Amino acid sequence: MPVTYIDAIRDAQYKALETDERVFLYGQDIGKFGGAFKATKGLQERWPERVMDAPISEDAMVGMAIGAAIEGMRPVVEMQFADFSSVGFNQIVNNAATHYYRTGVPIPITVRMPSGGTPGSGPFHSQSIETIYSHYPGCIVLTPATVSDAYHMLLEGIALDDPVIFCEHKFLYRWLKSENYEGDGLPIGKARITRAGKHATVVAYSAMVHEAVRAAEMLESEGWEIEVVDLRSVKPLDTDTVIASVARTGRLLAVGEAFPWGGVTAEIVARVVKEAFHLLDAPPMRLNAKDTPIPYHPKLWAEHRPTPESISHALKQLLAY
Amino acid sequence: MDLTKEHARKVYQAMVRSRLLEAKFSSLYKAGQIVGGVYLGKGQEAVSASIGARLVPGKDLFAPLIRDQAGRTAFGEDMLDATRTYLGSAKGPMKARDGNIHRGRPGDGVVAMISHLGTSISVLGGMLKAREIQGKLEGCVGATCIGDGATSTGAFHEGLNYVAVEKLPVVVVVADNQFAYSTPNSKQYACKDLIDRAKGYGVAGHSVDGTDMLACAAVIGQAVDSARNGEGPQMVVAKLLRLSGHGEHDDGSYIPEEIRSSHYGRDCMEVGKQQLIELGWLTEAELGEWEAAAREEVQLAVTTAQREDGPDPYQEDWCALAGGSYRDW
Repeated sequence: MPVTYIDAIRDAQYKALETDERVFLYGQDIGKFGGAFKATKGLQERWPERVMDAPISEDAMVGMAIGAAIEGMRPVVEMQFADFSSVGFNQIVNNAATHYYRTGVPIPITVRMPSGGTPGSGPFHSQSIETIYSHYPGCIVLTPATVSDAYHMLLEGIALDDPVIFCEHKFLYRWLKSENYEGDGLPIGKARITRAGKHATVVAYSAMVHEAVRAAEMLESEGWEIEVVDLRSVKPLDTDTVIASVARTGRLLAVGEAFPWGGVTAEIVARVVKEAFHLLDAPPMRLNAKDTPIPYHPKLWAEHRPTPESISHALKQLLAY
Repeated sequence: MDLTKEHARKVYQAMVRSRLLEAKFSSLYKAGQIVGGVYLGKGQEAVSASIGARLVPGKDLFAPLIRDQAGRTAFGEDMLDATRTYLGSAKGPMKARDGNIHRGRPGDGVVAMISHLGTSISVLGGMLKAREIQGKLEGCVGATCIGDGATSTGAFHEGLNYVAVEKLPVVVVVADNQFAYSTPNSKQYACKDLIDRAKGYGVAGHSVDGTDMLACAAVIGQAVDSARNGEGPQMVVAKLLRLSGHGEHDDGSYIPEEIRSSHYGRDCMEVGKQQLIELGWLTEAELGEWEAAAREEVQLAVTTAQREDGPDPYQEDWCALAGGSYRDW
């Protein structure tokens, strides 16, 4: 029976609760209700003491997880939407992320961030927040694009000793399916060549990997072979795999769903320019969402984020240089 | 609670040791010997020591804030932890990566505060919740001190509401010292008394005169005992005045003379001394011995820390992660 991306999130949490009694889940409506996206469906019935409902207090939710981590637990906090993590931002970046460096006591918490846009979700239920948490020292930031990665990287993330920001993409929740959770065993910190090519490299992560693959397929009939690199984790960022790909293709387009000022795509371009300028046959390009709040209407939203059309358009410019 | 002679003396001795240690920090600051700022608990020792003295080291949890040297001392902090941190020794508990009042030993139940006020309440709550899940909560208490200014933060609200919802054994002591840095209470809150908020959060409330040493020891001690006995979160509001600036860089000149010379402007050290001597629980001679021993302890801690090296930036690993293999830069 095929499994979906949201099944992977739920089943990884099931496995973590089953195999490690230090793990507990904490979030709004995650108990009997099973969570806004049903990522914790049935888990409280099985582990009533370790699947707990939280008040609408993102600051206190993260603070609570930090305290529990100090006492040896492995909390998994569900933000109902990544957007609301801004209320818990202070506890994440100033408390959890500084704690090991300051005190020598690690904070192994995982904060699940239902991220990214879906049609009609608007400015406050659509955000991609990987950049802001990557900017601060002290966090690991994961952005799985596949069902298998969603499952294995969540389990791997929970087992890490540092705060993990787990960006799971809502658009992938239900439509992205797989036969099972079998993966290729890549560890956190290693990017994947999702599609091999030789004319240009698209570096993407999370839902944008799938949009990049579609763009590559669109250009295939015109004879272009586009390589797609899935970063998998944006921090640490696998610069080596990106540069190896650019060495093969000579051209780079970095695609992200986040806002355009700074961020992951800017970081990729900066690193490639600094370390592999001599490998580039064309100026590297970036493609991000637009510099406005994420619009509500599906027609506006579809143009706000990078699409297969806008990615292939950018690629044509890159290839024409 | 019935305040015993032994407990009252424990509170006062911690106050004496703390006041003398902090007086030394003030001198060292003025002599340019301190790395960073110095934040004193002068005038707040009775409140702070009363919480620290009622907690059990090795079992209870304490999240001190910037004016809690007395509480730290009463909870068993080695003077070397404070002197090493203030003087920038690499041997301090934060290895000179963080300074002054931000020090802590989270693995030993002392939370290392961040500067964002109110955040320690939910952290304490999580520590206690973990123990509940682990079946180790029985008889444990977590306590924190904050000021009037911190009660205006969202973190205070979220944290206190959280521990109330979960009925955790937390004691929140608010030292209402009338000024948050330079901002007077009239611009900080609109309720008549901060203790009015306890009812709104569904926690027990206790008011106390923060300059009255015996009252602090009794009321704050009772709040700790109540939390320990399963009566849920306790909020104490202690009225007082800080007898220093916000830090040693600040002369506190914005505090009007009529407040300085009011009832709350009196020094809890003097009050406590009178109280204990009148009860026959302490003699002038004993106090002299305490002070002499404390001075010696302070001197030894300072000279030890002064001989130690500061951090070496070339030996620093510059890695914020416990899992160093995942570092990105």
